[in-house]
Amino acid sequence: MSSKIKEYPGVALHESDFAEKKVLYTTWEPNARYAWDTGVAIGRYLAELKRGHIVGTTCHACRRIVVPPRVFCEWCFRPMDEWVYLQDQGVVNTFSLCHVRWDMERVKEPLIPAVIEIAGASKGMGILHLLGEVDPTEVHIGLQVQAVWKPARQRTGAITDIRYFKPSN
Amino acid sequence: MSREVAIIGVGYTGFRALTPDVSYKELMYEAAVKAYDDAGVDPRSDIESFVTVAEDFTEGTSIFDEYVPDQLGAVLKPVHTIAGDGLHGFIAAYMQILTGALDIVAVEAHSKASNILTPQHIMAYAMDPVFNRPLGANPHFIAGLEMNLFLSETGTTREQCARVVAKNRRHALYNPCAAFGATIEPEDVLASDTVAWPLARLDISPHADGAIVVVLASKQRAEELCDLPVWVTGAGWCNDSFSLENRDWSSAVYAAKAGEMAYRMAGIRSPWQELDFAEVDDTFSYKELQHMEALRLCRPGEAGVLVEEGVTELGGDFPINTSGGSLGMGNLLDASGLARLLEVILQLRGEAGQRQIPDVTTGMAFGWRGLPTTSGAAVILSNGYEEV
Repeated sequence: MSSKIKEYPGVALHESDFAEKKVLYTTWEPNARYAWDTGVAIGRYLAELKRGHIVGTTCHACRRIVVPPRVFCEWCFRPMDEWVYLQDQGVVNTFSLCHVRWDMERVKEPLIPAVIEIAGASKGMGILHLLGEVDPTEVHIGLQVQAVWKPARQRTGAITDIRYFKPSN
Repeated sequence: MSREVAIIGVGYTGFRALTPDVSYKELMYEAAVKAYDDAGVDPRSDIESFVTVAEDFTEGTSIFDEYVPDQLGAVLKPVHTIAGDGLHGFIAAYMQILTGALDIVAVEAHSKASNILTPQHIMAYAMDPVFNRPLGANPHFIAGLEMNLFLSETGTTREQCARVVAKNRRHALYNPCAAFGATIEPEDVLASDTVAWPLARLDISPHADGAIVVVLASKQRAEELCDLPVWVTGAGWCNDSFSLENRDWSSAVYAAKAGEMAYRMAGIRSPWQELDFAEVDDTFSYKELQHMEALRLCRPGEAGVLVEEGVTELGGDFPINTSGGSLGMGNLLDASGLARLLEVILQLRGEAGQRQIPDVTTGMAFGWRGLPTTSGAAVILSNGYEEV
């Protein structure tokens, strides 16, 4: 072993070494595409969003009204009994102020993801969405919020048919 | 022998090329409800642990195990998902009961293959990124390489492989839940497009959607709950070297080793004589023959002749893939091995309908994890009846 290696064990790599192809490496662009069947529950949920409604299902055994809807009750393991229209408003269960976008870019105005417990559904039943038209410092757990919908003609049957939730009144 | 374990319930959906009416969760739920009803158990109070089998890349969701509890009745229960063939999952559930810590365990596997828009690319993603992927060949070439040497070394012919397809597609006609039952001739297979010579399009099992749930129980619980428990008498699994550069291309060594492990446990010396029938992986036509030889269901080089003579068809001396196999039921991705097991269970319970083999007591299911793997698992089941 040379004295140099003894002194500096290991070889440091810099980003420029990759750019200049001093380091051999291989890359692979994945082509992984899927089209998930929505099925009965999520299919109707999305169709109702397109119409401007939030819909849930109810289980007569545990008397819960759940949203997003499913065709089975995960607690009672039996079929759900009824579809129920819920209000397009609710209360913030929890939220975060996200200063980094999902691609790790810093943002000045934070994204505010929140779990919104939907009025008409059982306690703890909410949908994950974003808050808007609100000063981030004013957001708090328990804040009353309401959905801001895209115009009907722009809706596609997607969770983004609701643009965001904003403080009520 | 340690603890004895039995299958006390099984549930399954129909298997179809497309299932646009239900989500994968709703598909799983249907199979689970049927399995729990069949077993006479309540998943919320009776089933102590759940094993599911899934591959993130085929689901399109990473950490897919997080998505399984709700539709299985497994919320707030021990759950784990393994990547493998359905039979690997079955054996994992079996071993949980062998520990003595648990008495009733369920295992689930499913396929929503129709939701994968780029299946060839997903398959290619399983190949080594440095050595193999840059060559840019459709991964079916791996089956072509293997089939070529298998045919060459054993003297098996493409015609004999084509007969496997005709046999299994015909068997599927008698299986109401099979997707691809058909009356086709070996000539049709030989005349279909070449995909990766000598492999033709009809030598390849087409994908299907569906879900299967199996409930296992310890001997004591099985006897309390079930009139017709099906006993697990042997289990084995094995992985060969994965390398495409120096794996054994001719004989399925993983199948031979997995089989030996299961036979040893079951006390079987002569599988051909001691088993009544078998369901063995037929993802590709030649795979059924190669697996038969590796599992000692015949002598080396003899499998092609046996299929020619009708020995392995319904009514023959040693029926193989009476369910229709993957060629007739559809390639169910990770659920394929459980589909093989499902047929063994139905046959041993006398519930195989038109395709029932009379007087069966012992059968084997063998699953392969598909391209490009060398990963297989074998399970031997018995209904405990005396041999007639």
